[in-house]
This record gives sequence, C-alpha cells and structure tokens, in this order.
Amino acid sequence: MTSTEASPVAYLDHAATSPVRPEVVEAMAPFAAERFGNASGSHRMARDARVAVEEARERVAHVLGADPTEIVFTSGGTESDNLAVLGTLADRARSGEVIGAVCSAIEHAAVLEPMRAAACGAAAVLGVGAMTLDEVGVLPDGVIDLDRLAEVLGTHTVLVSVMTANNEVGTIQPMQSVADVVRRYAPVAALHTDAVQAAPYVDLAALTGACDLVSVSAHKLGGPKGVGALVVRAPNQLLPLLRGGGQEHERRSGTHDVAGIVGLAAALGVADDARAAEVSRVGALRDRLADELRCAVPSTVETAARSVVLPGHCHLRFAGVEQEELLVLLDRGGVCASAGSACASGAIEPSHVLVAMGVSPDDAGSAIRFSLGHTSTEAEVDQAVDVVVSAVARLRR
Amino acid sequence: MSGGVDSSVSAARLVQAGHEVVGATLKLWGGSSDSGCCSVGDVDDARRVAQQIGIPHYVFDMTEAFDASVVGPYVAAHAAARTPNPCVECNRHIKFDRLLERADRLGFDMLATGHHARVVHPPGEPHQLRRGADPDKDQSYVLSMLGQDQLARVSLPIGDLRKSAVRALATELGLRTAAKPDSQDVCFIRSDEGRQRFLGSRLAFHTAMVVDSATGAEMGEVDALELVTVGQRRGFAHGEDGTRRYVSAVDRATRTVYVGRAEDVATRAVRFDPGSVTWTDTALGTDAPVIAQTSAHGRPSACTYGVDSDGPGVRFDAPIRPVAPGQTIALYDRADPDRVIGAAIAA
Repeated sequence: MTSTEASPVAYLDHAATSPVRPEVVEAMAPFAAERFGNASGSHRMARDARVAVEEARERVAHVLGADPTEIVFTSGGTESDNLAVLGTLADRARSGEVIGAVCSAIEHAAVLEPMRAAACGAAAVLGVGAMTLDEVGVLPDGVIDLDRLAEVLGTHTVLVSVMTANNEVGTIQPMQSVADVVRRYAPVAALHTDAVQAAPYVDLAALTGACDLVSVSAHKLGGPKGVGALVVRAPNQLLPLLRGGGQEHERRSGTHDVAGIVGLAAALGVADDARAAEVSRVGALRDRLADELRCAVPSTVETAARSVVLPGHCHLRFAGVEQEELLVLLDRGGVCASAGSACASGAIEPSHVLVAMGVSPDDAGSAIRFSLGHTSTEAEVDQAVDVVVSAVARLRR
Repeated sequence: MSGGVDSSVSAARLVQAGHEVVGATLKLWGGSSDSGCCSVGDVDDARRVAQQIGIPHYVFDMTEAFDASVVGPYVAAHAAARTPNPCVECNRHIKFDRLLERADRLGFDMLATGHHARVVHPPGEPHQLRRGADPDKDQSYVLSMLGQDQLARVSLPIGDLRKSAVRALATELGLRTAAKPDSQDVCFIRSDEGRQRFLGSRLAFHTAMVVDSATGAEMGEVDALELVTVGQRRGFAHGEDGTRRYVSAVDRATRTVYVGRAEDVATRAVRFDPGSVTWTDTALGTDAPVIAQTSAHGRPSACTYGVDSDGPGVRFDAPIRPVAPGQTIALYDRADPDRVIGAAIAA
C-alpha cells in the first residue's frame, strides 16, 4: 500500500478542514514558544500575551464588522454554536415564561443538538425550563422555507438560528431575508447564524450587520483547529457555559489560547483580503470539476444549483454507487473527499440535510462532497476527474 | 479488523507476506455496546494498528443489514423459543456476503479475517475449510456455512497459529492490541445489560411450567421460556432422586419446559431445518458417516448424515446432550476430522 499512499494527493475536503496558511503558522509560532504568557496575569509576560489577544480581537472584530467587545473567543465552531444557543436560551429563560426557539432543519449538529437537548429539558441545569422548538424545513433547492419560518415565529420566540451556508451541500441561506422575517414576526428574538462554513466566501461584516450572533471557526479559514469566535452584538446578552476565571467579559472562562487566537485573527485577515479573488478562482475550479464530472460520468446529479452554493462546494450524487465504496477508491487514488458527516467511529451517517431536501435514502447514499479551497489547483481537479471517472465505472460494472 | 489481536496480527502477517492490504472495520450495531466490533474504542484500536503496519483503514457502516439479518432474527428466534447463533448469521449474511461483495466491487482478490480456522487451496482440488491450529480457540464452527464460492476468496492468516503465538507475534511487532482480552459473548449485547434485559426490551417474556418429562411432576415455574435453552442445566432444581435436571424441550404453545435426568434427555437423532443444510463442497449422499459439533465449543461426536421422509438430519453413534433448536451444527469429515464438510441448523 505504500505506493498508493505515496501518490499525489488531491485534497478536496476543505469543508472538513483547510490546510493552515503559512502566514498563520508564522504568526502563531512565537506564542507556541517564547511568548508563552497567561493573558490574565499582570507582569510583562502576561501583558505581552494580553496585548496579542486584544490586537487579535481588534482584527477579528474589524473583519466581522463588530466592536471588539462583541467578540468572544471560543474553542471553535461547536463551542460558539453551543454558547450562542444555550447561552441565549439560559439568559432568556430568566423571564420564567415559556420560550420559543426556531432553527432550520439543516443546521449543523452543533446547533441542532443543543436546541433539541434544551427542548427536552436537558438544559435545566442552565435554568432553561419550558421551551418549544420548531425546526423549519428547506425547499428542495436546499434553501430555508421563509414562509414556514414566518409561520412559526411569534412574540414568544427568543432565538432563531439559521446557518449562513450549509456544511454538507453548500447552500447559502438568504440571511438578510431571514433577518427581515425574524425582526417582523419575532421582535424580541436573537438571530444566530453559524457562519463556520461560509466564512471564507461571504461578506462577514454584512452578516454581522443582519444578525445578533455569528459563529466562526479558524480551521475552515486556513487557521488552526481548536479556536473560534462568537460575535455577540450589543445589547444581546448570554449566560456563560464555562464559568471560572471570568475571561472574555464573563462570557467564556478559561485561560486564553493565545497562539490559537492569534492564528484565528491572521487567518481571518488573509481570507478577508483574498475573498474576492478566491470566490472567482475557487468557483471556476469548482465549476470545471462539476462540469467535467457531469459530462464524463453518466447519471450524475448536482445536489444544489451553483447559484445558491458556496464557491468551494461540489456536492454530487452518482446514481447506483455506494458512497462508502466510492470513497475507498477515491482515497486509493489519492483523492480526499467526504460523504457528509462521520460519527465518532468514523462511519458515515445518513445525512439529515439530504433528507430535509427530500432526497431519497438510496440517493443520499450515493452522495459525495468535494470541497475546494485556498490551496486547490487545476492539477487536483484533473486528478479528481480521472479517479472519479474510473472509480464510478468500476463500481457500476 | 475488529480491533482485537487476532485480526491485527492477520493484517500484519499479510503485509509481511508482501500483499497489498487494506483494513476495514465494520460498524454493525447502532446501539450501545462494549465488546466485539461495535465500540468506538475498538475502531480506534483497529485504525491505529492499521496505521502502525502501514495500511489504509476504513469503517464500513453495515448497521442496517446487521439489524435485518442478525439482530432481528436473533430476537425472533428467541420469541419462538429457539436458541440462535448470531455469530454464524453475521458471518453468513454480513462478513462473507456483504463485505465479500464489497471487496469484489472494490477490486480486491481476497477477504482476510482473524478467525482461528484454516482455508486450504490445494491446486486442482476443492478449497478446504479446516479447524484452526489452536484446539481451544478453533472457530471453524462459526464459518462452517461457507461454500466453495466464498472459500475461494477467503484467507485466514492466523489459522495455523495457537493463540499464544498470535499474542507473541503481536508483542514482537509492538501492536497495541497484543494484550487485549478476547471478546466474549454476543457483540451487540452489553455485558452489564445481559441477554435477559436486551431481549426483555424487544419481546414479551412468558412464564412456563417446568415439568419432569419422566414422571410428569410439576417442578415450579420459569419467568421467561424465551430465555430457556434446550440442554440447559443451570437454574433448574435437582429432581427428587437428587440428580441434576436438564432441559429436554421447550413447548411454547403450552408454555411448558420439560426437564429430565441426563440419561433420559440424551438424544441420538437431531433433525435439521429443511433448507438450512449447506455444503463446503459437494453434498453428501444419505447414510454418510460424519462428525458433528453442535455448539461453538462443543465436543465433536460421530454420527451418520441422512435424509428421510422427515427431511435431513443426523443420527449419533452414542447419545448426546439434546441440541437446542436454532443451533448451528457443523459437520466434519470422519476420515479427515479437521475438515469441515457442511453445516445445518437444528430443527
């Protein structure tokens, strides 16, 4: 097998994680070594770390169009989502009334699971009592059903969470329209958006302008794993999930991951500078990959229209092929792609996103997500096309 | 690769022999489990061993097929007062059917597992399935339903080793699974939950009267006839004569469990479910002398295979303990006792 493992790699799984940009590594390096201070202390080493964290906060706030005081550093997208959901619900539950929460049916598990847990009473420890949860479906194109959203909203709705773009199929949600509907029908609700997947490609400042809470994660942007941020627009409040030393204005205790935070800021900065160019460069690569595969592989279906999909996403279904088998052959051909979500063991799980879009279980089982990003090249697209064409042909033989 | 030492060493031996090897772990059970090939920890072990020996590793989700072909029938069999062998059914329907088909589609020549049994491919002759070299660990019984088509594509790389040698090899190779305990029992039933609670949440238990089949005397009740296995002794009181009582039959219709003294419940004839008989190579004719093993670690006994008006079955040379309906019976060659020749399920 060593020969196969040594073959060139076409890394088309940027939606899972993106390679760390060299400039990010460079920015982080001192904080993994000599600049090791605890940002919460008072001496020179601590001050050095604290200044680095606050400079990073300003850069992140700038890209996200927020005030630095509105940035909460977290351990990544999952924590940002959990803090947004549970922290807001806990804060709003203090009224003692039955509260309502709403999310789209295609949210990442990091939003869906805390929502469902809270609705089942599992957030009682945070003070969340009686609450209702509505999961709003999407239309077959993978975009949220705005009419249905308007129907379920009400004056009791305290939280709405709709992701900026879906991590599996890449569909971009109309956040300004979502915001308009929420402001009109649920005037007291906080609007959260999980922008983890969308961050490299969308105008984050505009997003922050429309929403109250925005989650981002560094590693989808060419930054390190294990660090992210939640924008909490004033005057929204939330209760902390992690209590302790009171860092992050009492919203998230824990010693700052200084290197990670610096890395997040660097990655966001580079991604923001490169955004316009990358949208067209990566989009063109994606278009070629999708066009050539649809042309060369019979019965290939593109799950969502490119007009509503992130530039890096190419979600295809190869009728009659089992995704587990295709992924093995792709891996053997050096092509790294994925089939949506994997569970803890590494097995592929049925996609709730495709189910919500009305895709049949059999069709869902033939889906592969190719996702391109900042390191993607023409050569990788060529390699992927070659490998996919022969792999699908073998599996259909 | 289950994450255990046997499959770890099997993979390592194939790599050593120069084969191009890919590791696969089956996710078979969606529910909670702590043993066999279903837990995250075991998958991690398999993945790390694969990495260590330099092969790719994949996890295949076969939970739906496992539920339909193994767990569902396991529960249904108990509901019908039968005692099934889920490992045999998993091998029949999942490992040596679904997984083998997948291996074919992916272009692999052979499927290897860590079973303690041997597959021999004599040139120009039928492929043979034989007992493993370690008599205490032999698993030819749970593979006895394999036929030529499957055996042609199956490799069992540790079948020629004793378990101690397998562990020694694992230690020598520095494999993290070298000292891992053997998996026990049924992989989808948690050891802290047990068969009774597993089945209790999936089917209705019925009480049954325990009757001494010799005297007709009633000897109390059992709470769940679905948990009683023909041949079982544990849990049943001694008879008035002070000797042990064994279950000879479970009559679900009348909710009666019949028990008797060892010599009274012993049987010579075991009937097979019609259609359950499989042959490793060609079918035996009637009145063929064979050796039968009626449980995973049971003692092989000489008998004669035949088909009469009641269908297929075997007649033992000497009485044996009764065989529970649903149990697999592995048949071995009388002239070559390590060689499997077929399998059937007791009626």
